[in-house]
Amino acid sequence: MIEVRNLTKRYGDLIAVRDISFSAGPGQVLGFLGPNGAGKTTTMRIITGFMPATSGTVKVAGYDIFDDSYEVRKRIGYLPENPPLYTDMTVTTYLRFVGRIRGIAKAELNDSVDKVLHTCGLAEVTSRVVGHLSKGFRQRVGLAQALIHNPSVLVLDEPTIGLDPRQIIDIRTLIRKLAGDRTVILSTHILPEVAQLCEKVVIINEGYIAVEDTLANLTQDASLEQVFLRYIAKDTGIPAAAAEAPQ
Amino acid sequence: MRNALAIAGKELRSYFVSPIAYVVLTGFLLLGGWFFFNLLSRFNFLLSIYSAMRNPEAQTRLNLNEFVIGPLLHNLSVVLVIIIPMITMRSFAEEKRSGTYELLMTSPLSITEIVAGKFLGVLGFMIIMIGLTAIYPVILLLYGNPEMGIILAGYLGLFLLAIAFATVGLLTSSLTENQIIAAVSCLVVLLLLYVIAWPAETAGPIMGAVLKYLSLTEHFSEMVKGVIDTKDLVYFGSVILLALFLTHRSVESVRWR
Repeated sequence: MIEVRNLTKRYGDLIAVRDISFSAGPGQVLGFLGPNGAGKTTTMRIITGFMPATSGTVKVAGYDIFDDSYEVRKRIGYLPENPPLYTDMTVTTYLRFVGRIRGIAKAELNDSVDKVLHTCGLAEVTSRVVGHLSKGFRQRVGLAQALIHNPSVLVLDEPTIGLDPRQIIDIRTLIRKLAGDRTVILSTHILPEVAQLCEKVVIINEGYIAVEDTLANLTQDASLEQVFLRYIAKDTGIPAAAAEAPQ
Repeated sequence: MRNALAIAGKELRSYFVSPIAYVVLTGFLLLGGWFFFNLLSRFNFLLSIYSAMRNPEAQTRLNLNEFVIGPLLHNLSVVLVIIIPMITMRSFAEEKRSGTYELLMTSPLSITEIVAGKFLGVLGFMIIMIGLTAIYPVILLLYGNPEMGIILAGYLGLFLLAIAFATVGLLTSSLTENQIIAAVSCLVVLLLLYVIAWPAETAGPIMGAVLKYLSLTEHFSEMVKGVIDTKDLVYFGSVILLALFLTHRSVESVRWR
């Protein structure tokens, strides 16, 4: 579903992502792990077509993000680290706007909005102004915005950051519910989250892929914390583990 | 087109759900009203003096178009130079700062649709803003007999001027994520276009003509006098299209830099 091949991104002299490759199959929830500044957000921004890679390719649902950027963008739902909210709109107006620019036909717009309002537990705040909502609700509106066009790929950049424990549990339950037949890439540095949600784990460190494997394989003889620390300690970052990882 | 209209609607709504639209429109109309009131009382004063002097020749030279509408439009154009950078500074800069730019850029929209949407939004706001000042000529029409054609030509000029200003504002806003930088650089460009013809008299025949052609005021003045010349329409059209084209380029560069 998502295939990242030899992706490199430079910002001037700084190399944010170095020659990374990984893939996620249909219906898979992929945990994208790494310390702050490892290149997670950069990679996700490239996958969603927000910015171009310096070199390398990404294919989403068989479409190349460079050549068929439009087709890719139709199929991806993206929740950036800061939910992209227009704070002066009401929840419904906002979701209707997002639905329209994501290409939902006028006739189906009401149904799509109702559906995500229900899925994301927003039914009680439909006419509230987005800027007046609590952080937890804003995050849900962010998720609703990513889901409204029923995308086959969901890219979530640290969806639970800054939430209280109760809200974190809510959002996680929601993500688990959403996964279903969608491919989900979830970036985070909260390890238990990965243990609860993901089938596959990619650990990225200083722009390199440190490891790509299933969660079950990685946690066979050690806890995820130990595995994570072991991989991010290796600063050489040779993606040896990636080569033998099962697809 | 549907997508562009969705964005335009969102833009226009964002002016009216916040106090921005009301503050801007009130301020604009307040200043406009003050200009109008003063120009009109000066006109009345001159009229009473000339009739007291029994000078029919001077009296025929006094007309509402030249003494009220013309100066009013010129004054409003100066207000537009200052006010439009503040209206357009948000358009792209605010989206970048708040992160909603990522939503626009990762949605299945073409850059043309995004820029067209932003443009149509601000165009709608200009129509409302300039449209509201139509109250002044309407008052004149009710109580006097100004020439309708000249008024319409002048208003067309003011409208084109506002659109040209606004597209420059969109351009500067697309170049930065800081609204102050967007507003100040737009203001500088507009003021420069406003005063660029000042050295025209001393700059020599060729340079002088070039400077005069570049000046917004020269083209605007012609239209205020009631002359709709293709030359002036082409000028405004090229400023608008060039600014929109550069905005398109600037937005595109974010996607493929």
